[in-house]
Amino acid sequence: MRYIPNTSADRDEMLASIGVSSIEALFADIPESVRSCFRPLGLPPRSEMEVASIVSDMADRNKPTDAVCLLGGGIYDHYVPSVVGNLLSRSEFVTAYTPYQPEISQGTLTAMFEFQTYVCELTGMDIANASMYDGATAMAEAVLMAERIRKRGAVAVPRSLFSHLRRTLDTYCWATDIQIHEMNYLPDGTADWQSLPEQLSAVVVQTPNAFGVIEPLAGLKERIGDALLIVSCNPLSLGLLQPPGAYKADIVVAEGQSLGLAMGYGGPLLGLFAAREEHLRQMPGRIAGRTVDVDGKTGYAMAAQTREQHIRRQRATSNICTNSALCALATTIYLASAGSAGLRQVAKLNLEKAHYLADRITAIDGYELAFAGDFFNEFIVNVPGDATEIHDALVQAGFAVEAPQALQSFGLDRVLRFAVTEKRTKNELDRLTRVLGGSR
Amino acid sequence: MSTIFDCRCSEKVGGLFPELDVPAQGVERLIDAAHVRTQPLRLPDLSEPQVARHYTKLSKLNFGVDDGFYPLGSCTMKYNPKLNEAMAVLPGFSGLHPRSDVSRSQGALQLMFELTGFLRGIAGMADVSLQPVAGAHGELAGMFLFKKYFQVRGEHERKRILLPDTAHGTNPASAALAGFSVTEVASDETGRIDLAALDEALDDTVAGIMLTVPNTLGIFESDILQVTEKVHAAGGLCYFDGANLNSYMGKTRPGDMGADVFHFNLHKTMSTPHGGGGPGSGPIAVSDALVDYLPVPRVRLENEQYKLDWNCPHSIGSVHSFYGNFLVAVRAFAYILQLGDVGLREVSENAVLNANYLQQRLKKTYALPYDGLCKHEFVLSGKGLAEGISTLDIAKRLIDYGVHPPTIYFPLTVKEAIMIEPTETESKATLDRFAEIMEIVAREAKENPQLLHDAPVRASVRRLDQTQAAKNPVLKVPLGE
Repeated sequence: MRYIPNTSADRDEMLASIGVSSIEALFADIPESVRSCFRPLGLPPRSEMEVASIVSDMADRNKPTDAVCLLGGGIYDHYVPSVVGNLLSRSEFVTAYTPYQPEISQGTLTAMFEFQTYVCELTGMDIANASMYDGATAMAEAVLMAERIRKRGAVAVPRSLFSHLRRTLDTYCWATDIQIHEMNYLPDGTADWQSLPEQLSAVVVQTPNAFGVIEPLAGLKERIGDALLIVSCNPLSLGLLQPPGAYKADIVVAEGQSLGLAMGYGGPLLGLFAAREEHLRQMPGRIAGRTVDVDGKTGYAMAAQTREQHIRRQRATSNICTNSALCALATTIYLASAGSAGLRQVAKLNLEKAHYLADRITAIDGYELAFAGDFFNEFIVNVPGDATEIHDALVQAGFAVEAPQALQSFGLDRVLRFAVTEKRTKNELDRLTRVLGGSR
Repeated sequence: MSTIFDCRCSEKVGGLFPELDVPAQGVERLIDAAHVRTQPLRLPDLSEPQVARHYTKLSKLNFGVDDGFYPLGSCTMKYNPKLNEAMAVLPGFSGLHPRSDVSRSQGALQLMFELTGFLRGIAGMADVSLQPVAGAHGELAGMFLFKKYFQVRGEHERKRILLPDTAHGTNPASAALAGFSVTEVASDETGRIDLAALDEALDDTVAGIMLTVPNTLGIFESDILQVTEKVHAAGGLCYFDGANLNSYMGKTRPGDMGADVFHFNLHKTMSTPHGGGGPGSGPIAVSDALVDYLPVPRVRLENEQYKLDWNCPHSIGSVHSFYGNFLVAVRAFAYILQLGDVGLREVSENAVLNANYLQQRLKKTYALPYDGLCKHEFVLSGKGLAEGISTLDIAKRLIDYGVHPPTIYFPLTVKEAIMIEPTETESKATLDRFAEIMEIVAREAKENPQLLHDAPVRASVRRLDQTQAAKNPVLKVPLGE
């Protein structure tokens, strides 16, 4: 086998030195009654070349690049600069373990520290951890953290949460006996906080929300009493939009995929998690800190580890251990490459192009924006006639658009959702408009 | 080490993204001024060479499996085949949106379906979900399954999870997160679960037990069938932490030992890289009793079409945004496909051979609290090696000799523990060299202990002050100062 360097001569020598006659003897401690049940998979070994061919064929069956992607709903088709993939593939990053031995992990630790700085600066928060699995588990952990702090057993979330975030949150809240109050949305697509219950551990808000609408956050913190304000956002939009920290958010979470990660059929993703400093001891996840070595030289190490499972065990703030370190590094390199100017530029491209498409579509008879609220790079339109037929026509014409059924859970009928990133060209958007019957 | 924020800003930036190709309307016309950022971002604007140099420099301060021996117990730091990486970046996988119509994602669904089948077979269990994305995440999903199972059966009083005292820290944390309380069960003098202590702990408030097989001492629980039978007889369920699967896959199966939930760590056993702490993948296999509760969506094959099934009324719901870490699953799939049954078996045989070989040699120099046949790892103790020498000193000195230290101070049942897992991807020559280094360090500990106290001296930094970091935490670069 290609990945096992021992020769049979090595093995014989090693067995002799252990003092057993066969490899089988090394497994004598496993009960025979267990071993006799064993059944193989019926899978032959294959050469690397054969495996490459089989797996490549499967990849080819997907053909994502055959269609112009207008899918969104929390995951977006953004451009990933070459420098990200290239630096990320260095095996010193890829094949290293969690930096428990800081002296030989300064690369990973320094990058974690940079990542935390970037997340704090983007979100306008005091502290950030080194990553969560994805935006959904980041939100769920934020709710659990708020519950540890306030202990009210209930949270409020808007109905306009992305479906994948809500599904995960439902599971975590069911398991921890936290009641979820769902807040409906107003005609303009923003959340309706009118009948907000009292005695909540947290109020969760997603901006832009599942309709693409930017939630007005000014004054929200003031009206929710001492419940924690948890804001989930799109970090790419923060190149342009006011950060949640400016609205006194207590915890900010986000899906980081838009900053340098492949869509990868939804994984791996990257959970961003930031909070106000006073909540450090309740934060889940790993955190890198700056310190000095015995010679006074600056270095980095994992900080605040007494919150974590390997020390605190059942009293840990979370069970998270392995997280999304390499994805966090991708985002760090992406932000280093883009800088303030690049991030602002890409955010503007998204904003302008999405509005261009929305304007073109709504210029067609019978099409109108479903919501009047401001949007960033994603929007929902009411369509004339059968949304499924229109969807199918777009798919036929080479566009990837989400089936309208996906939006039924929001109480929306005869609608389509479009996400437009910097990758979409005017030609593509005009062509889409023509398929819908427009003049361009 | 300087950070990216210390790099001097370049005069010439931009060039990543094209100019706008639609008529510009201007931010202020498109969104209310109240939504627009008022404080400009303080991210450095850098040229690409600056970025490339900085992260290349950082990479050289790291130590990966490609750099040298990495005997980190419980973590299975085996070689990560390059083929896996090549498969994961194929555009048909990496460019696929998770909300793509299933007609455009048949290849991805086929891969998930077939990998599910492989893992089901390796575990010898009824079904598998690929959704959990880390070992601890698999544990949590497993604890959710336990909870659902007893909720459906109306056995609301089952609130306790039993844990051997050798358990990974994630086990109690996962159980607690799912609302269970934890009862520790002592091990006997051979390092195995004490059956009498187990009997005493079992009653009708027990939801189940979390086991690691072989346990974290590298010892197989020879009484495993009695353990799982006792738990089942008391009405409980058995969770198996799969961190140590590398010692028996292809030879025996957790399903045949009485497991109800078993989690895989694809980033350990199935050779996908650790990435400095993730992304991993922690699929769970379950027994018949728990199939209906698995996370949604499930991947099904109907009329030669793969589909995502969301209609599972008893499911615990979802524990991740979409279908788990798909690109990690691609790597594991390529690995299993290449190994086949023969390869899977050879992996564990060589992992166990390597561990026993090292153990028999190192026990001549270091204390081995639990002597006997080990599986893929074993635990030494640094206690008593030399006056004033701790396991930490030994670990740090190993760095100076170019090897990654083993896992230290775990499991908690061994004082000054040194937990060594060589894996099958190391040669006898590497093991011999490591043993020699361990012997040199032991000699140094007696003859020149200062060498160990001062170590490491050949890394980019020396021992770091972690107490100061904990007391007065600096957790980000102060910007704009």
